[in-house]
Amino acid sequence: MTNRFSWFNATSLTLGMAFLYLPILILVIYSFNESKLVTVWGGFSTKWYGELFRNEAFLSAAWVTLRVGLISATVATLLGTLAAYALVRAGMLKGRTLFSGMIYAPLVMPEVITGLSLLLLFISIGMDRGITTIILAHITFGMCFASVVVSSRLVAFDASLEEAACDLGCTPVQAFFSVTLPVIAPAIVAAWLLAFTLSLDDLVIASFTSGPGATTLPMKIYSQVRLGVTPEINALSTLLIGFVSIGVILASLAGKRAAVE
Amino acid sequence: MTRTLGSRILVALPYLWLLVLFLAPFLIVLKISLSDLAVSRPPYTPHLDLTAGWAGIKAFFAALDFENYTFLAEDSLYINAYLSSLKIAGISTLITLLIGYSIAYALARAPRRWRPTLVMLVILPFWTSFLIRVYAWIGILKTEGLLNQALLSIGLIAEPLTIMNTNTAVYIGIVYSYLPFMILPIYATLEKMDESLLEAAADLGSSRLAAFFLVTLPLSMPGIVAGCFLVFIPAIGEFVIPDLLGGSNTLMIGKTLWVEFFNNRDWPLASAVAILLLLLLIVPIVLFQRQQMKQEIGT
Amino acid sequence: MTPPFAPWADPDAKPLIEIRNVTKRFGAFEAVRDLSLAIHEREFFAILGPSGCGKTTLMRMLAGFETPSEGEILLDGQDLSPIPPAKRPVNMMFQSYALFPHLTVEKNIAFGLKREGTPKAEIAERVTDIMRLVQLTDFARRKPDQLSGGQRQRVALARALVKRPRLLLLDEPLGALDKKLRQETQFELMGIQETLGTTFVIVTHDQEEAMTVSSRIAVMRAGELAQVATPTDLYERPDTRFVADFIGEVTILDGIVTAASRGGVGLSVMEGAPDLRIITPHTPPAGTQAWLALRPEKVSISRERPADADNALAGKVLDIAYLGNISTYHVALPDGSIIKAQESNRQRADRRGITWEDPVWVAWEEDAGVLLLA
Repeated sequence: MTNRFSWFNATSLTLGMAFLYLPILILVIYSFNESKLVTVWGGFSTKWYGELFRNEAFLSAAWVTLRVGLISATVATLLGTLAAYALVRAGMLKGRTLFSGMIYAPLVMPEVITGLSLLLLFISIGMDRGITTIILAHITFGMCFASVVVSSRLVAFDASLEEAACDLGCTPVQAFFSVTLPVIAPAIVAAWLLAFTLSLDDLVIASFTSGPGATTLPMKIYSQVRLGVTPEINALSTLLIGFVSIGVILASLAGKRAAVE
Repeated sequence: MTRTLGSRILVALPYLWLLVLFLAPFLIVLKISLSDLAVSRPPYTPHLDLTAGWAGIKAFFAALDFENYTFLAEDSLYINAYLSSLKIAGISTLITLLIGYSIAYALARAPRRWRPTLVMLVILPFWTSFLIRVYAWIGILKTEGLLNQALLSIGLIAEPLTIMNTNTAVYIGIVYSYLPFMILPIYATLEKMDESLLEAAADLGSSRLAAFFLVTLPLSMPGIVAGCFLVFIPAIGEFVIPDLLGGSNTLMIGKTLWVEFFNNRDWPLASAVAILLLLLLIVPIVLFQRQQMKQEIGT
Repeated sequence: MTPPFAPWADPDAKPLIEIRNVTKRFGAFEAVRDLSLAIHEREFFAILGPSGCGKTTLMRMLAGFETPSEGEILLDGQDLSPIPPAKRPVNMMFQSYALFPHLTVEKNIAFGLKREGTPKAEIAERVTDIMRLVQLTDFARRKPDQLSGGQRQRVALARALVKRPRLLLLDEPLGALDKKLRQETQFELMGIQETLGTTFVIVTHDQEEAMTVSSRIAVMRAGELAQVATPTDLYERPDTRFVADFIGEVTILDGIVTAASRGGVGLSVMEGAPDLRIITPHTPPAGTQAWLALRPEKVSISRERPADADNALAGKVLDIAYLGNISTYHVALPDGSIIKAQESNRQRADRRGITWEDPVWVAWEEDAGVLLLA
C-alpha cells in the first residue's frame, strides 16, 4: 500500500497545483495593490475594496445575479429532481430516449448556441427580455445539471427501500417523502449548489437572454475586462473566490460530519 | 405499482419544460437560419403570418432557402473558423491530457488519507468563476505582465514574449479552465484499479515502465476517452477564452457566432453558424454517449 | 403426545394463503406458469429453487409488488389483488434488508407502526418488545451502517414482525451472512417463528437452509412447482430426477423396468448384471424407461460381495472424498456409470483399507432407493 509520495508523483502534484492555484493567488495578491497599474506592486492597500463598494453599477449587478441565482437554482433543483426521478425510477419508456437526450444535451451544448436559441425563442413569442428571461434560461440548463447530480445518487439508491416503505404502509408518494427524499437529500443540496454556482458564473447565456436594465455581475465584469485589467475587478474576483471557497469548504465539512454521524 | 394522475403530471413537468425551452428554440434557430436578413424588428424575413391562413403558411415556406448556408460555404472566413476551432480544441485537448494524466496518476497513487483533500483541491477551482479564472491569466500573460517580468528578471529572455492575444494564450486558457474535467474521470478509473495487477505484471516479468504501458494505460482508457470528450466538445464552441485571451487572428466558431449576432446583427447568418456548429458537434457527442453507454453496460 | 403439525394433510383445514392457477408474464417471458399452492396458518414454508425459477416473482406477488397476469391469490378466502402492498396484512423482509439508512434502528422498526397511526405509547412498547426478542436493545440508537450483517438482518426481521403480519415473507434472508452465522440464525428464526406463531414464507436457493427451517418445501423449476412436500419426504421420496438431484447428493441410474412382483419392480440397468430390486408404489409396465435414485449414505461398500444384500454391483474405486466424519467413494461400474457410496468413519479410515483402483462391491436394500418415472 502506498503511504508516501514518490518523487515523480510529488513533483507532478506540486506543479499541477501550482498551475491551478498560482493565477488565482496572484489575482488575490494584486487586489491588495496600492498602485493603479495592476502589474506593478505599489504597496499593500485595501482601497480597491472600498472603491468597489461605492460602485453602484457593481452593487446592482451583484443584486441581479444573486436574485437570478437563488430563484433559478431553486426551481432548477426542483425540476431536476423530478426529471431524475422520471429518468431513473418512473420508467417513462415512451419518449425516454428523447427525454434523456434533452437532459444530457445542454451539458455539452456550447453556451453560444443555447443562448442564441433561447433568445430567438423569447423574441418569437414576444417576451420582453430582462431578469425573467435570464432566470428562465438559467433554470433550463441548471435543471439538467441538477438532474444529473440527483440521478447519479438515485441510481445507487436501493429500490427495495421504497418497496419496504410501501410494504410497511406508505403510499408511493409517502414513500418518496419519508424515505427517498431524506436519503438523496445530500445530492439535492449538491445539485442546488451546482445550479447556483453555474448561474452566478454564466456570462454567455445571460448576455444573450438579458435585456435593458438586467445586467448580471459576469456581464458587468466582462464589459470591464474587455477594457483591460483593473484593480477593482481583482478585488471583486477576490471576494467572489473567497465566498465560493468558504462555501465549498463548509459544504464538504458538513458532508463529512453527516458521513460520520 | 399504481400511480396517481397528479404524480404523472409532476413527472411530466420537467419534460414539458425542456420541450418548450430547449427543443422548440432549436426549431426556431433552424427556421431563422433559412430566413433572410432584413431591416425590421426582428431583423429577418419572412415572418409567419397566420392571419393570412394557408396562403400565409405557403408563402412563409416558399421564402425559406439555404442562402445563408451557401454563403457560409463560399466565404472562407467561416470554413477557416470551423477548421481552426477543431485545431485549437484538438491541440488543447492533447495538452490537457498530458498534464491531466500525470496529475490524475499522482492523485491515484497518493497516500490514501491525502486523496480526498487533493481531489477537493482539484475541484475547487471549478467552483470559482470561469470568467475570473480566464481573467487572471491576462495579468500574467500580458507583454508587461508577470510572466514576462519574471522571465526577464532571471535573464531567461532578453525581450518580452508576445503571448497575450495569440493562439498560445488560448491554449493556456483552455488547458487551465478544463483541466479538472480531464483529471477527474482519469482519476476515477485509476483509483479503482486493483494494485495487485501491477504486482502481477511485475511477477510476470514486466518492468515498471512496461507495466504502465501494458496494464495501467489500457485500463485507464475509459477515463482518458471521457476526459478528452469533456474537454474537446465544449472547447470547440468556446467563446470567452478566445475573446479575452486570443487575438484578432484567433478564429473560433463560437466567437464568430457572437460577432455575427451582436456586432453585425445578422441573425439568420448567426443561426446558420449555430446549426453548422451543432452538426460539427453531433459526431463527437454521439461517440461520447455511445462510449458512456458501453461503460454503463460494462460495469 | 400432541399430534404432529400437519394441517396440509387435513382435507378440512382452511389454508391461510391460496394461490390459484397463477401465471405471471413479463412480456413474452412466463416467470410463473399456472401455479397453485396452499399455505397454512403457522407454517414455516420454504420456496426453493435455482436462480431464475420464478420464486422471487411468486413472493413479490404475495407482497403485492407484482400483480398476477392470470389467476388469483387469496388470503383467508379473500382476493388480495385489489389490495396495494401498503394495506396487505403481509410484510416482507428484503434480501438487501432495505433498512432506511437515515433512521436509527428504533425508528426503522417503528416506521410501519407510525404509518398505521398506532398510539405513541403502544409503538414504544411494541418496539421495545420486539427489540428484546431479536436482541437489539443495546443498538436502538445506531444507524444501519453502524451494524454488523447479523444485526442488520435482525433489524429487518423486527421491522417486518412488529406490524404483526398474518404472513411474513423472507427473501433470501440469510444470504448475506457467512456460513456459521447463517446456521445460528436459522435456529433463531425457527425459535422466533414458534414464539410468535406467525406464518413464514421463505424464499431461498440454499437447500440446507430450506431443509433446516421449514415445515414444508415447494421446489420450483422454470416457473412451475416441481414438488411440494415436507423436508423428509422431499429427501426420501422425490417425485422427479430434478428434485432428487436438487436436494442433497444422489446417484441416478437409468434402466428399463423388467418385471413387477412383491410390491416392487425389477430394473435392468446394465447388460450382464442382475436386475435391481426396487420397492415402489408405482406399477409401471415392463419395458418402461425408469430411473433409480440412490442416496449415497444408503449404499455400502465392501471388498467382498455381501451375502445378504438385495442389490449388489461390482465396480472399481475411482475417487475417495474423505471428510473426516464420513467418506464418499465414487465407484465406477463396468459400463462407466458412477455410483456414490458413503460410509461413516466409525473406525479410523486408514484401517478400512479400501483405496483407489480397488475392485469393490456396492450394495443396498430393495427399499433404499426410489424409482422415478420422470
